[in-house]
Amino acid sequence: MALVLAAAPLLTGYVRKVKAHLVRRQGPPLVQPYRDLARLLRKDVVLADSASWFFRVAPYLIFAATWVAAALVPTFAAGLIFSYAADVIAIVALLATARFVLALAGLDVGTSFGGIGASREMMISSLAEPAMLMVVFTVSLLAGSTQLSFIAGAMQAPEIGLRVSLAMALVALIMVALAENARIPVDNPATHLELTMVHEAMVLEYSGRHLALIELASQVKLLLYVSIIACIFFPWGIVIAGAGPAAYLGGIAVYALKLMAAGFALGVFETLIAKMRVFRVSDFLGAALMLGLLATLLRFVSAQVG
Amino acid sequence: MALEVLLWCVGAHLVLGVGAIAARRAPWMSAAAYGGTLVLCSVALIFSVGALLSPAGVPPRISLPIGLPWLGAHFRLDSLTAFFLAVVNLGGATASLYALGYGRHEHAPARVLPFFAAFLAGMNLVPLANDAFSFLFSWEFMSLASWALVMAEHRRAGNAEAGYLYLVMASFGTLALILAFGLLAGPAGGYEFAAMRTAAPSALMSAAILALALVGAGSKAGLVPLHAWLPLAHPAAPSHVSALMSGVMTKVAVYGFVRIVFDLLGTPDWWWGALVALVGGVTAVIGVLHALMEQDLKRVLAYSTVENLGIVFAGLGLALAFEANHMQVAAALALTAALLHVFNHSLFKSLLFFGAGAVLSATGARDMERLGGVIHRMPKTAFVFLVGSAAISALPPFNGFVSEWLTFQAILLSPALPQWLLKFLVPAVGALLALAAALAAACFVKAFGMTFLGRPRSEVAREAVEVDRFSLAAMFILAALCLLAGVLPGHVIDALGPVVQALEGAQLPGQGELDWLTIVPVAASRSSYNGLLVFLFIAASALLAAEAIHRLASNRVRRSAAWDCGFPDPSPATQYSAGSFSQPLRRVFGTVLFRARERVAMPPPGSALPARLEVELRDFLWDVLYRPAATAVGAAARILNRVQFLTIRAYLSLVFGALVALLTVLALWQ
Repeated sequence: MALVLAAAPLLTGYVRKVKAHLVRRQGPPLVQPYRDLARLLRKDVVLADSASWFFRVAPYLIFAATWVAAALVPTFAAGLIFSYAADVIAIVALLATARFVLALAGLDVGTSFGGIGASREMMISSLAEPAMLMVVFTVSLLAGSTQLSFIAGAMQAPEIGLRVSLAMALVALIMVALAENARIPVDNPATHLELTMVHEAMVLEYSGRHLALIELASQVKLLLYVSIIACIFFPWGIVIAGAGPAAYLGGIAVYALKLMAAGFALGVFETLIAKMRVFRVSDFLGAALMLGLLATLLRFVSAQVG
Repeated sequence: MALEVLLWCVGAHLVLGVGAIAARRAPWMSAAAYGGTLVLCSVALIFSVGALLSPAGVPPRISLPIGLPWLGAHFRLDSLTAFFLAVVNLGGATASLYALGYGRHEHAPARVLPFFAAFLAGMNLVPLANDAFSFLFSWEFMSLASWALVMAEHRRAGNAEAGYLYLVMASFGTLALILAFGLLAGPAGGYEFAAMRTAAPSALMSAAILALALVGAGSKAGLVPLHAWLPLAHPAAPSHVSALMSGVMTKVAVYGFVRIVFDLLGTPDWWWGALVALVGGVTAVIGVLHALMEQDLKRVLAYSTVENLGIVFAGLGLALAFEANHMQVAAALALTAALLHVFNHSLFKSLLFFGAGAVLSATGARDMERLGGVIHRMPKTAFVFLVGSAAISALPPFNGFVSEWLTFQAILLSPALPQWLLKFLVPAVGALLALAAALAAACFVKAFGMTFLGRPRSEVAREAVEVDRFSLAAMFILAALCLLAGVLPGHVIDALGPVVQALEGAQLPGQGELDWLTIVPVAASRSSYNGLLVFLFIAASALLAAEAIHRLASNRVRRSAAWDCGFPDPSPATQYSAGSFSQPLRRVFGTVLFRARERVAMPPPGSALPARLEVELRDFLWDVLYRPAATAVGAAARILNRVQFLTIRAYLSLVFGALVALLTVLALWQ
């Protein structure tokens, strides 16, 4: 759990670095996200006059729900002690809890930007969440389980091989991950241009430690999605429970490599592509939903064939 | 013993109703009546839960010499009955408790009190009935009592139309049920349920009975396309009655369907499951989309009832499909999911209607465009409404998520079904349910956010005051139950065990004794969920983060004006409204389904009039189904009206002609 928390800002910093290098800038140092968080934590909170108790509780809830979800994803070792507490459907739902609270917090102060962010976020999630569940269905039908630890084990088995349904699920999951993490082409994490922002608009009224928690939660969320993709589709190197310390070290190294690869790919992708209009997002995510549904259908139809 | 007590409770409800008419002028009548129903419902709740947890070997039965002379009235208490009675009486007890405070605001209590007690009596009697006549009688009694409650505020605009539509739809549903029971009884007329269980109707007959039961129970439960009355009638009643109608009466409809199709009808055909699951999935999505488009808080809740009943029927459809293929364990899982959702929905829907009623009594407004910022004036109501919203949006660690999760687990078992149609249909239903769940979250972000958060949009919202202690107590009890059923779902699932066992011949493995109260529906390697741990983890990490940050970093707070990108505007009209919140979703989903059109009416240059944005939504079901049906009935009535004004000769020849025609038919028949 602590590892997830410690590594998450690093991943964000790495993605920023990659993006900066691609446009031939030096970029901020890798540890800049940590410095930002520390600075925010030290600052006072400035609350709007119309903020209610909910506005002050929300950051802790968002952070807690995201953190718990992330802690339930196997990163470098399967067989977490509490992995039976929640399966991957519950992880999706925990992220939905965090989003629910965040969207409400955006509405609390009663400004137009908070509303714009909340409204668009719920529009995006209303398509992204079912798409994610369809991906989950596909994978769990293949693995015969919705527990991520078991899925990671099952996906390593040689008889899984390459499958069309898995490829579709992977594409759909990446599309969902881009949308859920407020990445280009759905949202721009670096923007403060009013009319295009979604996530930033919801947290516009936050400051100080509250903002730090929300930022940290969104960094953890990025790490979580990368971990899920790695755990389901690239499960090599995940240590099974009970292995020696050397195996664990190896697992950590492989996991770090996977994170670097994903961060690099994300940076390149974001640099290459332009942000799309808000109302094109529904087409984008609708495609993800259809891909997920097709993949699930394929699994259902080919259940007998094998 | 339990059965006698439950029947006495029904009788006492009726006596209470009559007493309320007799003493309608007494100032203490409201408190006495609601106190009475509270006591009666609590007693009935205790006994039905007792009957559910420790089922008798042979379900007790009673025959009373009332009703039809050659039939009598039969009553029976098996575990299915006990479960639904527990749901009914839990809802009834909390509604009575709530009404102890809320009822003081009623301007015409004599229009509500007698029917409230009668409504509770009717809902208690339906699950107890053990023959077709008493079932239909109590069903119709329940419908009429609730109709009277819908008409309690009959002078308010729109309520009379809502009541009329409700009456028509309720009679239509009862008609379908009468026909279904007639077919079940067969030519010999075995109107007792025991006789129906042994009868084996032909395949065609069974299909007709299924369709009639789906129409009859579905019209009461609000299944699409028979849902049109529900969002009009449920909000029209006083709020505690709305809670009963949405939270409880729709569950009685589910009971009717389960009793007929799962218990009386025998082994299902596989396509029954496909039909019911598809209707459920479509209902869920259409219901929640309607809810998203609404701006009236109580109507949002009513449409979301349509959605949740869709989820229940999707689970029931899956159970039928599994049962038809002799996959008893999977069928037990799907049925458990459906029944658990019945229980869960009765909790959070009552809670939400109570919350809406509290807002209504504090501000007088149901329209979300006039609310906002109520959380500052009513923090407790806001808190419980938030719990209810999270629960209904299927968010862990609350109870709505557990039943949703079980339904998904049942869907994941369905590739083993052999029929191809089911293979294509079930994943589609799964996608519909997933879509409905995500849209429900959007819907309740809007409902809670627009009502309670933000800045007040009107003077009444600014002046709101917290409601009384009785209402708060009822809401807090329900909120606590929502959390408890979400954190300890294993115990609720175990309590459902005997019900499922009786209907499917299998049940889920006992969940209560597992480590850390995890629920494992099929096998530990397949799936497991532990609400308790998830709740503890969230609570612990939130508290830990708060403690660490407040201690190690800063804990100071300054107040200032909102930032709003540097351009804060003091007018509350600048914030997002309910209509603007749902605009992106309306653009994505509404253009096809509701033929949503937006028009901006710009005043001519130089005019000082404001520009107006008009949104037009059309429900295509009204256009294709209801309006043609109403037109056809009207036309038929006009034609038949001529028969009323004939001469005596014409009447005589009519009688003669009819007689000859009938005799000819009879002669040809034999």
